[in-house]
Amino acid sequence: MRANKYEVIVFGTSAGGLRVIRSLVMSLPANFSMALIIIQHLSDASPGSWIDLLERDCKVLIKEADEKEVIQSGIVYVAPPNYHLLIERDRTFTLTVDERVNYARPAIDVTFISAAEAYGEHLIGVVATGANFDGAEGLKQIKEMGGMTIVQDPKGAEVEAMPRAAIALAKPDRILTMEGIIKYLLEVHSVNLADGNP
Amino acid sequence: MDISDIEIESFLEAMDKAYGYDFRDYSPAHIRRRLYHVLNTYGISSISLLQHHLLHDHSFAQKILHNLSIRVTEMFRDPGFYKALRETVIPLLRTWSYVKIWHAGCSTGEEVYSMAILLEEEGIYDRCQLYATDFNQTALSHAKEGIYGVDQVKKYARNYQASGGTADFSDYYYAQYESAIFDRRLSKNIVWADHNLVTDGVFAEMQVVICRNVLIYFNRDLQNRVHRLFHDSLVKGGFLCLGSKESVDFTEIATSYDALDKRQRIYRKTYKS
Repeated sequence: MRANKYEVIVFGTSAGGLRVIRSLVMSLPANFSMALIIIQHLSDASPGSWIDLLERDCKVLIKEADEKEVIQSGIVYVAPPNYHLLIERDRTFTLTVDERVNYARPAIDVTFISAAEAYGEHLIGVVATGANFDGAEGLKQIKEMGGMTIVQDPKGAEVEAMPRAAIALAKPDRILTMEGIIKYLLEVHSVNLADGNP
Repeated sequence: MDISDIEIESFLEAMDKAYGYDFRDYSPAHIRRRLYHVLNTYGISSISLLQHHLLHDHSFAQKILHNLSIRVTEMFRDPGFYKALRETVIPLLRTWSYVKIWHAGCSTGEEVYSMAILLEEEGIYDRCQLYATDFNQTALSHAKEGIYGVDQVKKYARNYQASGGTADFSDYYYAQYESAIFDRRLSKNIVWADHNLVTDGVFAEMQVVICRNVLIYFNRDLQNRVHRLFHDSLVKGGFLCLGSKESVDFTEIATSYDALDKRQRIYRKTYKS
C-alpha cells in the first residue's frame, strides 16, 4: 500500500453549475477514495436545499463544509454561501468573511490557491461552466504546485466564459467534456483502490 | 517547513513584539492569504522584506494590520438571525430594566447599526447601552462615521425587509453623492471602543454578547479562550449570538449554555453556570 496519488478534488463552477454538479456527484460510488470539494457561486441567501435533494439521490455523503472539519475521502463538501472556504495544511477547513474576490464569495480562486498549498501534487483541480473568470488564477497555481488541472470543454459547457478564462491562463493538463471529467475521476478512483487505499 | 513558513512565523512574532498584535493563533491559511495579498498589492517580493517594512515604517504597519484583520459584513447579514432576535430574544430582554449589549469584533459597524434599528423599532433602545469593539482602528473609525456605499444600501434594505423590519428602511439614512449616511440618533447609545479579543479582558454584566464570524478565524485554543471571556462577561440568563457557521458545541463551555435557537446560533447562558 502506498499513498494515493490524488487525495482531493476541488471543483469550481458558476452559472450552469448545478446540473454538472448533479451529474458528477450522482456517479460517485459509496466508497469513493477522494474528497470532493465544490465551490459553486450562489446567492448569499441560498437555502442549501439543493444539497438535501442531491443527498437523497446519491450514494456518497454530501454536506456544507464546517469550520475546522477534518477533510475525509468519500465525502462531498460544498462551500457555504457568503463565506470564503480555505483549506489548511492540517487538512481542515477555515471559513472567512473577507472581501469578495472576482465579485464572488465563496470565490473559487481562494479555495483553489489554499488547496494547492495544502495538497500540492495530490490535488486535482477542475473548472467547469460559468459566466465569470473566477478559478483561472487558482487553477494556474494548482498546476504550478504539481497538481492535475482539468477544464470542462467550453464547447459543451452551458456557459463557456469561465472554462475559456481558465484555459487561457492556466493551460490545463486536460480539456474534457463533463462525461470525460467524470470518467477520468472514476479512473483515478480505481487506481487508488488498486493501490489498496480505501 | 518551507521558507515561507519560516518567514511567516518570524513576521507574526515581530508583529506581536513590535506592536502587541498577536496573530499566531489565527488560521494559518487565512494569514498566508492575507500576507500574499499585501505583497501583491504593494509589489513587495517576500515576507522577509515585508517584515522590514513592518518594523521600520509605522504607518505602513497600520496598513498591514488593517489587511490582516478586516472582515466584510453588511447590515442585517443573515436576516433570519435578526428575525429570531426580534421574535425570541427581545421579549426576554424586556424583563431587564437596563440592557447592556456587547458587539465584539464589530468591524465597520454595519451589524451594530442593524441592532440599533431593531431595538428602536421594538421600543427599548432608550434603555439599552451598546458597546461596539474592534482592534482594527481603521474599521472602528469607519464604523463610528456610519457612512456606507449607496450601492450597498439596496441589499441592506432587502435584508432589513426579510428580517421583519417594520418601517421604511430609507427613514434611517439620507443619501449624499455616493454615500448613505445613517441617522445620528442611531448611535446615541453606542460606545465605540478599541478592544482586542486576543489580549484584552471582560466586559462585565452584559445581557447580550454578539460576536459573529470572528471566531472562525481563530484556532481551537484561542476560540476556547474567547468563549471563556464571553462566558465571564455575560450575566446568568444572558444571550450569546454567533455567526451562522459557529457554535458553542465542542468548546469547553458548551454545557454552560442552552441553545435558544440552534439554527440562528443564539445561546442562553444557564442560571446554574
